[in-house]
Amino acid sequence: MHTSYDVIVVGGGHAGCEAAAAAARKGAAVALLTFDRNTVGAMSCNPAIGGLGKGHLVREVDALDGLIARAADAAAIHYRMLNSSKGSAVQGPRVQADRKRYKGAIQAMLAQQSGLTLLEGEAVALATEHGRVTGLILADGTALTGRAVVLATGTFLGGRLFRGEERNEGGRTGERAATALGHQLRDLGLPIARLKTGTPPRLDGRTIDWGALEEQPSDSRNWTMSPLSSTRVLPQLACAITRTNEATHQIIREGLGRSPLFSGAIEGRGPRYCPSIEDKILRFGDRDGHQIFLEPEGLDDRLVYPNGISTSLPTDVQQAMVRSMHGLDKAEIVVPGYAVEYDHIDPRALDSSLAVRAMPGLFCAGQINGTTGYEEAAAQGLVAGVNAAAHARDEMPMILDRASSYIGVMIDDLVLQGVTEPYRMLTARAEYRLRLRADNAETRLVPIGLEHGFVGEERRRRYAARQDRRGLIDAELRRCMTASEMARVGAAVRQDGARRSLFDWARFPEVGRALLFDLAPSLRDAPEDLRDEIWEDAHYAPYLERQDAEIADLRRNERVTIPAAFDYRCIGGLSAEMIERLEGARPDSLAAAGRVRGITPAALAAILVHLRREAA
Amino acid sequence: MADTIFALSSGAPPAGIGVIRISGGDAATALSALAGRLPEPRRASLALLSDPSDGAPLDRALLLWLPGPGTATGEDMGELHCHGGRAVVAAVERALGRMAGLRRAEPGEFTRRALANGRMDLNAVEGLADLLAAETEQQRRAALLMTEGHFSRRIEGWRLRLLDLSAMAEAALDFSDEDDVPDAAIEARIGEGIAALAQDVAQVLAAPSAERLRDGVRVVLAGPPNAGKSTLLNALVGRDAAIVSDVAGTTRDRIEVPAALGGVAFLFTDTAGLRAEAGDAVEAIGMDRARAAMDAADILLWLGDPDALPREDAVPIAAQSDRMDHRGHPGLKLSALSGEGMDALARLLLEKAAALLPREGDYALHARQRQGVTALLRYLGQAGRQADLLMLAEDLRQARRAIDTLTGQAGTEDMLDRLFAGFCIGK
Ligand SMILES: Cc1cc2nc3c(=O)[nH]c(=O)nc-3n(C[C@H](O)[C@H](O)[C@H](O)COP(=O)(O)OP(=O)(O)OC[C@H]3O[C@@H](n4cnc5c(N)ncnc54)[C@H](O)[C@@H]3O)c2cc1C
Ligand SMILES: Nc1nc2c(ncn2[C@@H]2O[C@H](COP(=O)(O)OP(=O)(O)O)[C@@H](O)[C@H]2O)c(=O)[nH]1
Ligand SMILES: [Mg+2]
Repeated sequence: MHTSYDVIVVGGGHAGCEAAAAAARKGAAVALLTFDRNTVGAMSCNPAIGGLGKGHLVREVDALDGLIARAADAAAIHYRMLNSSKGSAVQGPRVQADRKRYKGAIQAMLAQQSGLTLLEGEAVALATEHGRVTGLILADGTALTGRAVVLATGTFLGGRLFRGEERNEGGRTGERAATALGHQLRDLGLPIARLKTGTPPRLDGRTIDWGALEEQPSDSRNWTMSPLSSTRVLPQLACAITRTNEATHQIIREGLGRSPLFSGAIEGRGPRYCPSIEDKILRFGDRDGHQIFLEPEGLDDRLVYPNGISTSLPTDVQQAMVRSMHGLDKAEIVVPGYAVEYDHIDPRALDSSLAVRAMPGLFCAGQINGTTGYEEAAAQGLVAGVNAAAHARDEMPMILDRASSYIGVMIDDLVLQGVTEPYRMLTARAEYRLRLRADNAETRLVPIGLEHGFVGEERRRRYAARQDRRGLIDAELRRCMTASEMARVGAAVRQDGARRSLFDWARFPEVGRALLFDLAPSLRDAPEDLRDEIWEDAHYAPYLERQDAEIADLRRNERVTIPAAFDYRCIGGLSAEMIERLEGARPDSLAAAGRVRGITPAALAAILVHLRREAA
Repeated sequence: MADTIFALSSGAPPAGIGVIRISGGDAATALSALAGRLPEPRRASLALLSDPSDGAPLDRALLLWLPGPGTATGEDMGELHCHGGRAVVAAVERALGRMAGLRRAEPGEFTRRALANGRMDLNAVEGLADLLAAETEQQRRAALLMTEGHFSRRIEGWRLRLLDLSAMAEAALDFSDEDDVPDAAIEARIGEGIAALAQDVAQVLAAPSAERLRDGVRVVLAGPPNAGKSTLLNALVGRDAAIVSDVAGTTRDRIEVPAALGGVAFLFTDTAGLRAEAGDAVEAIGMDRARAAMDAADILLWLGDPDALPREDAVPIAAQSDRMDHRGHPGLKLSALSGEGMDALARLLLEKAAALLPREGDYALHARQRQGVTALLRYLGQAGRQADLLMLAEDLRQARRAIDTLTGQAGTEDMLDRLFAGFCIGK
């Protein structure tokens, strides 16, 4: 067996797969090590990709030539544009994927990727020399050498499963935990904490009374997750909706005493966004019911995922709870729900390239960094993979800032603020969301991917053609017309005597798409995705300009760098809490320091004064 | 390591006592060098100060040793309460200045260090500067309110309300698919919340500015030559600040004289007399300046033709009422010479000033604060008119940024805390 690589990736989950593929696209010799080659690309929980905020991440990973969107399209059995009644900046494309086909698509893409070797085994220790990572030791004694290692071990570090009174060591149901590696990371002094997450019971679809339930059909438009997927390939299935009711809540309340969440058995904190049904009942007891979506897990799979009742109650309580709901009175549970508690690394130990600051050559991505979700994992995996390859090949790292992408927002949040609950992407986290839309991910990110040399030929060609086309349309939209000229062509705009470009006129409600298309035929002839993107750009233009000033300000403060060894304690008067936060986060610039929670302008002024004094 | 600084922090000598403050890493060394020992922290004690270079006694003084960071500047501090004679203070300052690492503080340097060391936020610093410069009782009270953080607390209240509004907007935006977030009702609540907050903010903005309080209410005396403007000015300020003569065109430039009346600071401005033909180019310039002063006046006293008031709110003054030929002029009858009507004028000025100045218990906003609050109000106004929820949320974010410039950070996490506390969200 070949044992020497540029980059070794541990973990065949969503983070690990993107990391390995991205590093290989960048030209590195990559090993992807995982417990079991059959679980590569497995979805641990909900078989859905995308959603609010997450859909943005998927499109961004795709623009950087990642795998997740194309695999999702290959396996999608239900498409839905969430928030479709709201502005496009907050719309979230989401698909439900056939679990087996998704995994198959990922495995096929990895098999096609040159420079990538898939290895089976358990990583038990990092090999280090003089504080740098030099490789990896496997359980069977094999030693791999590598210039960079990416840890993407998900929930497997110190993983412990809970269901009622039952306890199991493991990263997912039926899979072992990565105990030895977890011990070593603690011994290396990396800051480690615990979090928890949970999953609902899986139902046998043949025992559900579908006829009695409200249906939710797949979105009829023909959009796809990746612009490279030309069409939807699989037949589309409908979901169904049911609700919890007072009887359900009563059953849960009576079972709470046997839930590990409330008996104190679980110390880790769970996500507020994805609360367990126990949490929902306890914290929002006044609500008379909660919506539950019944989502088929595959075309030829009888399992159904009841979205909204994640739980670690004992199996008998789960059964009673399920049967109390409309349409589920005869439903059978195939696999009961459970909670998992696991170790994660405090992501403030990482820099914005996802490298561990204290150990050159080590990168971390995915749930190990305290996030939750496939999309969050995939996005970090891509960044860590690219940067691990850059590290191995002595190239510049790729740093995505908050103004560039949701990926940049997430990484900045993680490395500066750390996590107190599993981190999930939300559009509200992105202050520049009017420009960070799912519909313009290609425009924003393909050039960055090209610059760092990991974007494939097919995507490059599509991007170049699209940019050429956009150039022509932009030129046409620069044509100016006066208010009276607009009135003459049929737009009832206010006669303020102003002369505006067609691009500016586009945002006036009196100027509809049809009229604009008449005035700028190249826009009409453009493909729908490009047309929508330009239309939205025009719509938000005044806001984007205002944000430009803010972003210039941000980037200026980003140039005021804070040395890695800066001593915050020498600034008398910073509160102990501020010092602790700043030392934990080690912001590399004044801008970043200003984003650390609880840092006041006065504290920033103090830091700036000290930086100037040190520089003088 | 920064220099250790010192300064006389009580009034100019000679005075009863002279308080010299020392701040910085060498404060303890300086105290022991002068007093021969370091007193117990935070305990006043008496000591004979002597010049460390030759042992010559300087003064018997009260000594305070205040180790940082719990001090006004956040650094180690010392205080010497000496006798307030010129020579004593000068001798002690000389001795301090000769010590290695010590130097005289630049103006405002103690406060700057307090800011740099995070001992005060920006609002408190501005308040303190005013407190130190306060001359009238009213200035002192308003400055005290500011240093004690009344304004900061008020903003904190706004910040929390804004976070709630943002949380609702975000919930409505991202989670309208969730059955816990009813769309229409929440949008109405956001609208009401924005309107109510905007109203409160507007109220604070309508309050008078701190500059007025610090620099005095601007009272401008204007009218034709020889109306008695300069004479009245002199009478109001109680000294001969302006030249009085019966040669028309004597006052050629503006003369500004600060003075307090009834505990309120005023800035009186005498102006060149206005007439159709200027005697020369200089007088013409003087008349232009007079007109500019009249425009900027808080209170305009008009000593000219009462039927030709230059501003609607100008106060007509019938000056020189003691002169027989001036009897029967309309306006406030007053004579700077006999004193007739002067009390009435003072009452009138105080009454008008009261409307312009912060009320008892109010604080006044500075230019910087005013800017932040104005921006806040602008974004709230925009948000209130916004039909698109996404843009409304963006306006609210900008409003949060405006508040951030006034106090601390209202980061996204704070907003999310509110969101998740209020709504049951997520599958
Ligand atoms: C029970 C459960 C419920 C969840 N619920 C939700 C939810 O409701 N919503 C949501 O968005 N997300 C949920 N998630 C999270 C989502 O599944 C993960 O965030 C995502 O899969 C993380 O991807 P990852 O690549 O970081 O890790 P994983 O997908 O967990 O992959 C880790 C990989 O590492 C391998 N591995 C681990 N240790 C070693 C080792 N020492 N040597 C070799 N290989 C190793 C494993 O075999 C596995 O392939 C849930 C996860 C679990 C387990
Ligand atoms: N009797 C009397 N004479 C006055 C009074 N006020 C001003 N004068 C005289 O009027 C002349 C012009 O006064 P001045 O103050 O210089 O007028 P200005 O040109 O408006 O500034 C001087 O000779 C003053 O002595 C007053 O109240 N009573
Ligand atoms: Mg005069």
